[in-house]
Amino acid sequence: MMIRFTLNGTAVALETPGSKRVLDLLRDECGLTGTKEGCGKGECGACTILLDGRVANACLLLACQADGHEIVTIEGLEHAGQLAPIQQAFVDEGAVQCGFCIPGMVLAAHALLAGQPQPTDDEIKRGLAGNLCRCTGYRKIIAAVRRTAQAGNA
Amino acid sequence: MNTCRIETPRTCAEASALLQALPDARVLAGGTDVVVRLKDQLIWPPLVEISRLAELHGMTEVDGWLRLGALSTWTEIERAALTARHADVLVEAAREVGSPQIRNRGTLGGNVANASPAGDSLPALIVLDAELELRGTQSTRRVAVAQFCCAPGKTVLAHDELIVAIWVPVRAGWRGAFVRLGQRAALAISKVSVAVRVLRADGIVQDSRITLGAVAPTVLRVPEAEAVLRGQRLSAAVMQAAAEVVCAAARPITDIRSNEPYRRAMCGELLQRALARLAEPTNPSDPSDPSDPSDKIT
Repeated sequence: MMIRFTLNGTAVALETPGSKRVLDLLRDECGLTGTKEGCGKGECGACTILLDGRVANACLLLACQADGHEIVTIEGLEHAGQLAPIQQAFVDEGAVQCGFCIPGMVLAAHALLAGQPQPTDDEIKRGLAGNLCRCTGYRKIIAAVRRTAQAGNA
Repeated sequence: MNTCRIETPRTCAEASALLQALPDARVLAGGTDVVVRLKDQLIWPPLVEISRLAELHGMTEVDGWLRLGALSTWTEIERAALTARHADVLVEAAREVGSPQIRNRGTLGGNVANASPAGDSLPALIVLDAELELRGTQSTRRVAVAQFCCAPGKTVLAHDELIVAIWVPVRAGWRGAFVRLGQRAALAISKVSVAVRVLRADGIVQDSRITLGAVAPTVLRVPEAEAVLRGQRLSAAVMQAAAEVVCAAARPITDIRSNEPYRRAMCGELLQRALARLAEPTNPSDPSDPSDPSDKIT
């Protein structure tokens, strides 16, 4: 079926099976490999995207469900080579080890700060509860979110 | 990757007709249960994707009832002023579900239709005396949530019927609480859950509802424990007595998530925690604080 949606600010139209996962659509047909597949069942958050401004698991979303909606992936956060403040904060805090969880983690943090510009540590943990990191732990990730909030330019 | 037939009806009548014509079709709403289950299947059934059905969206208050469209997401339930005012216990359950990602996509109607013994909406909806509006090709009917599930994954829903809305009676003076235990706070299916709602006058319990989740094939209401509370203040002794009754009433099993004795003991513990919260004086700034932050990026 023909799927029309907005991808990182650009209107796209793709002929694709409606049952294809948006995760596969993004990676295989749009060439956007920042969105990762971890568990494939909505538990790890590696495939997190923004759907109409809210975090969603791209592994549980079918192409037919993206039709008419707006998707932002990790590739859509930087503008003209300039990292978004939350991305820069992850770099500055060294909040990355292997990096596999980071696209999803960054998008979840970005969405959290858009709604709660000054979150408490508990609110940060709750906002990132759908994203698992298996190597570095969460302290530096939380610090990166806190740093962005303190700078006030989320 | 699997390809299957996908239908995207625009009206309830169209959706019901499609379901009737496709005996093996499945309804797809948020996909947080259905897609997880399909993942491991070699052949996918036809899917009737219902997000375009306008009647299944939105929340309104009508003639003493709160009408929650079946496609209301957990996030919407968590944040709406109407649910804060009339369905406190459901808001508490919504906060406990999955993760932000799951709460943004998962729907109330989907959680009910899934009929999991551990589904977090069911204990809350039953203490609210909620009803379901079911619509098929021939007719519309109302069924109490308490009568909807017959066994794990089995309901009274006919194949051509959709859950259109969840209706919650608006009742003054009742206060509720929902408490659950999982392996961790996020993204864990409940080992045990307890929902309770209490109506008090001058501190004396006039009426109450107590339900247990994940300790029987379907949600268990415990009238014997409600009887213990009636006419009493929520003292430590009364809460303890009610807790003993729910422990005896529970019919838990041992499985991958927990074991029978632990689940049984936790029914009482969680009921005491829920009642202890209700025994605290009402916070006057409660219950419909509109300062709910939204994570929506505009």
